[in-house]
Amino acid sequence: MTETLPISVTVNGTEYRYEVEPRLLLVHYIRDILNLTGTHVGCDTSNCGACTVLLDNRSVKSCTLLAVQADGCDVTTIEGLAGEEGLHPVQRGFWEEHGLQCGYCTPGMILSAVQLLQRNPEPTDDEIRSGIEGNLCRCTGYQNIVNAIRWAAERLREAEASQTAKQ
Amino acid sequence: MLEGDEEAKILAGGHSLIPLLKLRLVQPSQLVDIARLPGLSYVREDNGAIAVGAMTTHFDVERSGLLMDALPLLPLTAATIGDVQVRNRGTIGGSLAHADPAADLGAAALALGAEFVAEGPAGRRAIPAQAFFVDVLTTALEPAEVVVEIRFPKPAGRVGADYLKFNHRAIDWAIVGIASWLVFDGDVVSDAAVGLTALGSTPLRATGVEQLLRGQKWSRDLAQAAAQRASDGLDPLSDRHGSAAYRLHLARVLTERSLIAAAARAGQQ
Ligand SMILES: Cc1cc2nc3c(=O)[nH]c(=O)nc-3n(C[C@H](O)[C@H](O)[C@H](O)COP(=O)(O)OP(=O)(O)OC[C@H]3O[C@@H](n4cnc5c(N)ncnc54)[C@H](O)[C@@H]3O)c2cc1C
Ligand code: FES
Ligand code: FES
Repeated sequence: MTETLPISVTVNGTEYRYEVEPRLLLVHYIRDILNLTGTHVGCDTSNCGACTVLLDNRSVKSCTLLAVQADGCDVTTIEGLAGEEGLHPVQRGFWEEHGLQCGYCTPGMILSAVQLLQRNPEPTDDEIRSGIEGNLCRCTGYQNIVNAIRWAAERLREAEASQTAKQ
Repeated sequence: MLEGDEEAKILAGGHSLIPLLKLRLVQPSQLVDIARLPGLSYVREDNGAIAVGAMTTHFDVERSGLLMDALPLLPLTAATIGDVQVRNRGTIGGSLAHADPAADLGAAALALGAEFVAEGPAGRRAIPAQAFFVDVLTTALEPAEVVVEIRFPKPAGRVGADYLKFNHRAIDWAIVGIASWLVFDGDVVSDAAVGLTALGSTPLRATGVEQLLRGQKWSRDLAQAAAQRASDGLDPLSDRHGSAAYRLHLARVLTERSLIAAAARAGQQ
């Protein structure tokens, strides 16, 4: 199988065009072709969530997608979260609340948290736990991750409130 | 593209197919990605029925206000599938066409009297849910047929629904799942349907339970008596998740709980 297909994928705001084998997984496209190694492979069996990215604003396990399925789509990886004002509030939350130890699960965990807070800006702790149900962490015992996401939710709501106040 | 190539496969969300490809358990000659076909993702009312496009994701089913009002069994069931990422990607058509007996939506589709609209080289046809599920991973679809829509009759009356899924961890597949669907006229159960997950080679209906419920005044005693029939005539698998006897026991216990939860959602204690 050497046949390739041209695909165009916008990753973190930059459009990339490559010819890829139809069997190439999205996670390998991101890591091996684009050299964005923040997206991890933990299990390769769709269970751990370490490979989570946003595809057209929906969290997906990039080990369970073919790169060709992302043709024409927008992908956000952990490298694309920080903006001009520095780290994304969810990233800062993991920093402030010790939401990581080894860090292997962290990029996927953070993208799942971003998805959760987009859909539910004021989650309860139970809702936070449901929001990261697809992400496994072998180190932290999850409590600090929940704290980190709650911290980020508060910062995001404050930012939202001061935005509305200004208008 | 599918015509004349029996080894070709449709790719929808890929959340059953890609794991199988990785394990080399299926080796299709071609993959036809139907995610690019426009207009296969929707939930709408159509001629007194509710029509759901085959490419509607589990997440979109879970969040559909129309379904929550008219057919709450579907969103309640979809919400139990896998995890957020799986529900963001997996589709109703893919799940039902894959026909894994442990998949959750089959029991709900059977209980709701779904009709599958399939399109193929010979045209369009409707397949009732009872005829759609043939065996483990086997449906009545012809090799070149695609499910484009799943239609559900709109219930008349006050409805109560519940999908009770028993598994070890919240993100796992069902060891047993019970889909309960009750329609009330006052406090009388005017119609009842109970779908069973992982209790046979296809999703099944607990017809014995349904017969005992129909036309009766609702009570918890009625639910308890009816639930005893939930294991009638079943021949489930024994595997590392549970023996056949354990599954039959679960079928009875969970049916009672699920019926009570469904009735409670219709305001019936
Ligand atoms: C980690 C994980 C956990 C999961 N947990 C659960 C769970 O708890 N409960 C559950 O029910 N499911 C679970 N699933 C399966 C998930 O629901 C899948 O989305 C679903 O089974 C298949 O849908 P899909 O759109 O991904 O289909 P695909 O994988 O793309 O296709 C599946 C099969 O159906 C065929 N097909 C797809 N669409 C059509 C169509 N429209 N017409 C005809 N044939 C079609 C394909 O050719 C293929 O053979 C899980 C999956 C994963 C990866
Ligand atoms: S590497 Fe994708 S889910 Fe584990
Ligand atoms: S911090 Fe090590 S796996 Fe989560």
